[in-house]
Amino acid sequence: MEAIDIALGLFDLLLVFLLLWLAWLVMSSEDLFKAIVLFVAFGLLMALVWVRLEAPDIALAEAAIGAGLTGALLMAALDRLNAVKPMPAAAVVTSAKREQPSLPSKVLPLVALVLIVLGLGYALLSLPDVADGLVPNVKEQMAQSGVKNPVTAVLLNFRGYDTLLEMVVLLLALLSVWSLGGVRKLSPRNTNPVLASLCRVLVPVLILVSCYLLWVGADAPGGAFQAGSVLGAAGVLLLLSGWHVEQKILLWPLRFILVLGSGVFIIIAAVLFFTQGGLLTYPVAQAGWLILLLESAATLSIGATLAALFFGGIPKSRVDQ
Amino acid sequence: MQLLYITLALFLLVNLAAGMWRVLRGPGVADRMLAAQLFGTTAVAILLLLAEAAGSNALRDAALVFALLAAVTAVAFVKRAWSMQEERDVD
Amino acid sequence: MIDFFSILLLLAGALFFLAGTVGLLRFPDLYTRLHALTKADNVGLGLMIAGLALQAESLSAAGKLVLIWGLVLLAGASVAYLIARGALLRGVLPWKR
Repeated sequence: MEAIDIALGLFDLLLVFLLLWLAWLVMSSEDLFKAIVLFVAFGLLMALVWVRLEAPDIALAEAAIGAGLTGALLMAALDRLNAVKPMPAAAVVTSAKREQPSLPSKVLPLVALVLIVLGLGYALLSLPDVADGLVPNVKEQMAQSGVKNPVTAVLLNFRGYDTLLEMVVLLLALLSVWSLGGVRKLSPRNTNPVLASLCRVLVPVLILVSCYLLWVGADAPGGAFQAGSVLGAAGVLLLLSGWHVEQKILLWPLRFILVLGSGVFIIIAAVLFFTQGGLLTYPVAQAGWLILLLESAATLSIGATLAALFFGGIPKSRVDQ
Repeated sequence: MQLLYITLALFLLVNLAAGMWRVLRGPGVADRMLAAQLFGTTAVAILLLLAEAAGSNALRDAALVFALLAAVTAVAFVKRAWSMQEERDVD
Repeated sequence: MIDFFSILLLLAGALFFLAGTVGLLRFPDLYTRLHALTKADNVGLGLMIAGLALQAESLSAAGKLVLIWGLVLLAGASVAYLIARGALLRGVLPWKR
C-alpha cells in the first residue's frame, strides 16, 4: 500500500509540474504552431488531471474537446491567419515597438494579477476542509431525474437551463464566425487513396462512438457534449478529405440542424412552462425520454456547429451566387 | 498488480515529459507534431493503465475518444496547418 | 500464470514506449523519427493492451481494448504515410550519413 501511495504521489507531482510548465510555455511561445502543439499536450494532461481528481465525466469531455477538436480548430484558424497575413516584416516592427510600454501599462496588469492571486488564495484557504456541497441534494432527487448518472441529471434536469444557454452560446459562436468570414468554397475532392480509406473506416466508427456516448450518458460518463464533439470530429475528417455535399443541403437543411438543439430545448421548455408551471420541470414519468430527446437534438447540433466552426465561413451554395 | 500499473503510468509520464524537448526544439513543424502524436498514444496507454488500476470503464471510453481524435488532429495538421514553405530551412 | 504473462507484456510495451521516445529525441531527421514514433504507437501500445486485456474483467472490456489498438494502428499507419509524403513534397531531404 505504501509503495502505491508513493508512486501515485510522484505521478501527481510530475503531472502538476508539467501542467504549470506547459501553461507557461503556451503563453510565452512566439511561434503560434508551437503554441498549438503545446496546448494540445496541455489538454491531454488536463484530461489526466481530471482522471486523478476522480471526475471521469470531465476527463471524457476534455479528451473529446480539449485534446481532440480544439487542436484541429486552432490549426484551421492558423491556416486562415497565414492566408490573410501577407508580411511577417511588419509584425516584427510592431512587436519591436511593443518592447517599450508605458509605466502604467506595466504596473496596472501587475496590480490586477496580484489582486487576483490574493483573492484566489483567500478563497482557497477559506474553503471548509470537508464539504458535501450539493451532493446530498442531488442524491435525494436522483429518483425523480429519469437518469442514473448524477452528472447527466444535473446538466439536463436540475439545471437544464444551463445546458440550454450553452447551446445558444455555441450557436452565437458560429454566427459570429459566419458574420466575419464571408463565403467559403468546399475544398476539392481529395484523391489521396490512403486518406480516403482512413476516412471510410474512421467516420463510421466516430458516428458509432458518438451514438454510444450519447446512450451511455444516461447511467455512466458520457452525454451530448462528448457525443457531439466526436460527431463534429467525423464532420471535420470528412471536410478534410474533400467531402462532396449537395449544394442545396448547405442552405436550409444545415441551418435546420444547427438550430435543432436550441430549438427543441426552447420548445420543450415553453411547453413545460405552460403545462407544468416551470421551465424544464419534467414530469417524473416522462423525464427519461425527454432527456434523451433533448440530448439527441443537442448532439446533432453540437456536431454540426463544431464542423461548421472548423470550416470557418458560410459554406458556399449555388443558391447564394 | 496495482503497483505495477501505477509505476508504469508514472514511467510513461516521465517519457512524455522527455518528449517535450522535441516539441520545444522542433526544428520543423512536423517534428513538433510527431511529438504531439506520441503524447497522444502515451496518454491512451496511461489512461488504460489507470482505468485498469481503478477498475473504471469510463476511462476506457476516454482512451477510445483520445485514440479517435488524435487521428483527426493529425490529418488536420497535414491538410491545413502545414504550409508548403515552412520546411524549406530544414534539411 | 496469467499475471506473469501480463507483467511480461506490460513491461515489454513500456520498453517500446521508451525506445520510441529515445528515438524521437535522438534520431537525426523527420523520417527516422517517424519510424521511432510508429514503434511506440503500434508495438508499444499493442503489447500494453495485450497485457491489460489478459486482466480485463469481461470479454467486452477486452474487446474495447483491442478496438482501441486497432484504431491506433489504422490511424498511426495512415498518419505516418501522410506526414512522410507531405515532408517529401515539401522537400525535406532524408538524412544521409
